[in-house]
Amino acid sequence: MTLPGSILPLKLIDLTYAVDGQKLVQNLTLEFTQGPKTLILGPNGAGKSLTLRMAHGLLKPTSGQVQWQQRHPQRHQAMVFQRPVMLRRSAAANIDYALGLKGLGKAEAAELRNEVLAKTGLSGIATRPARVLSIGEQQRLAIARAWALRPQVLFLDEPTASLDPKATRAIEDLIETIHAAGTKIIMSTHDMGQAKRLADEIIFLNQGVLSERTAASDFFTSPHSAEGRAFLEGELLL
Amino acid sequence: MNDFSQAFSLSLDLIFSLDARLAEIVLLSLRVSLSAVLIATLIGLPLGAALATLRFPGRRTVNAFLSSLMGLPPVVVGLVVYLLLSRSGPMGSLGLLFTPTAMIIAQSLLITPIIASLARQVSEDLWGEYRDQLTSLGCEPLRAVPTILWDGRYRLTTAVLAGFGRATAEVGAVMIVGGNIDHVTRVMTTTIALETSKGNLSLALALGMILITLSLTINVATFMIRDQVKGESL
Repeated sequence: MTLPGSILPLKLIDLTYAVDGQKLVQNLTLEFTQGPKTLILGPNGAGKSLTLRMAHGLLKPTSGQVQWQQRHPQRHQAMVFQRPVMLRRSAAANIDYALGLKGLGKAEAAELRNEVLAKTGLSGIATRPARVLSIGEQQRLAIARAWALRPQVLFLDEPTASLDPKATRAIEDLIETIHAAGTKIIMSTHDMGQAKRLADEIIFLNQGVLSERTAASDFFTSPHSAEGRAFLEGELLL
Repeated sequence: MNDFSQAFSLSLDLIFSLDARLAEIVLLSLRVSLSAVLIATLIGLPLGAALATLRFPGRRTVNAFLSSLMGLPPVVVGLVVYLLLSRSGPMGSLGLLFTPTAMIIAQSLLITPIIASLARQVSEDLWGEYRDQLTSLGCEPLRAVPTILWDGRYRLTTAVLAGFGRATAEVGAVMIVGGNIDHVTRVMTTTIALETSKGNLSLALALGMILITLSLTINVATFMIRDQVKGESL
């Protein structure tokens, strides 16, 4: 189903990413539709991050296709990385910079920026240099910056991997808020607890191959794949 | 030894009495080198940053070539500029040979590769950190150049200082294209060379002390900037 003006559904068709002949992602075919929060789950090295990067257009697949429904899908998507990348300027200026690249005027950008800072609870630190903020605040700012772009799709690549539980909680709350406001969430994690808390549907990857795609409610009770089962039982997938 | 200590005390006199001849030479040196640094900075910084962000065939060759130009012998640069500017040369009609302008041209050529190469190194570090994020935000590599220059402004200062240090310290290029003409093109380094050979050690020593002070200041400033950048993750 395609909504008018929507860049979704996103189709990954037979995606393969190889380095020196070694296939890190193999023949991956997936479709992402508007709605559920999709979590890509899997151990380290499963190809989660590569998949997100190819979908977002940061990496060119070795073979296969990434298909969106609009001609300029880049303008309607954003990504948050595992380690927040902060420009060497104030928190507010970090958001202004992103809005400036989108061609927004100063006044319009300032309004949008203040709104998003307020929604993410960062108004109090707007004028502080972004790089002296705590890592948790930096990641919240990275999400605020992405959200300010009003993306239809937000990719998050293990956004809480380097955060403590309290900061993780703040990020997860934000993700729920952004989802509720209508943005499609596609996020990777290797943390099962987090997947349980956030996911509507699970895409389980192992060693670059899709093991299964299952509604979250089913995945955590009766996973379809042996790899998914092993992961849930706490076995180390090697 | 007595001669030396006499020359030394005379040189201090020259410095602290702000001797007019000494001041003229120092000011011309600064004028020439600062102008060259300004030109080399305007060309070198954007060039270095663009080489870090843009991907094009032959990029590695260009980078290697630029790096090798960092070690250009000043006398060779002087010779090339001399040939260009001499009466029978392609730019001879401009009448620039043996003027401060010729010296500025030669020093600019000498230090642009230095500033560009060092700027490229700084920019590559920053671009490595920023690339994914900026690309995600829709920033094209060329649009990233001003971002890199602004965000790397503290670290890039060290590239500019290195260029300034090189410009003030070199003799060969300014000697050849300037001609070391009294009151016209005589700068610190060429004066030291000339006065030492004439046995006029006090002026040479005075200029030498000023040059060393300048060089020390540049190095301390560079060190402090690096320290600051590390400490505050600038």
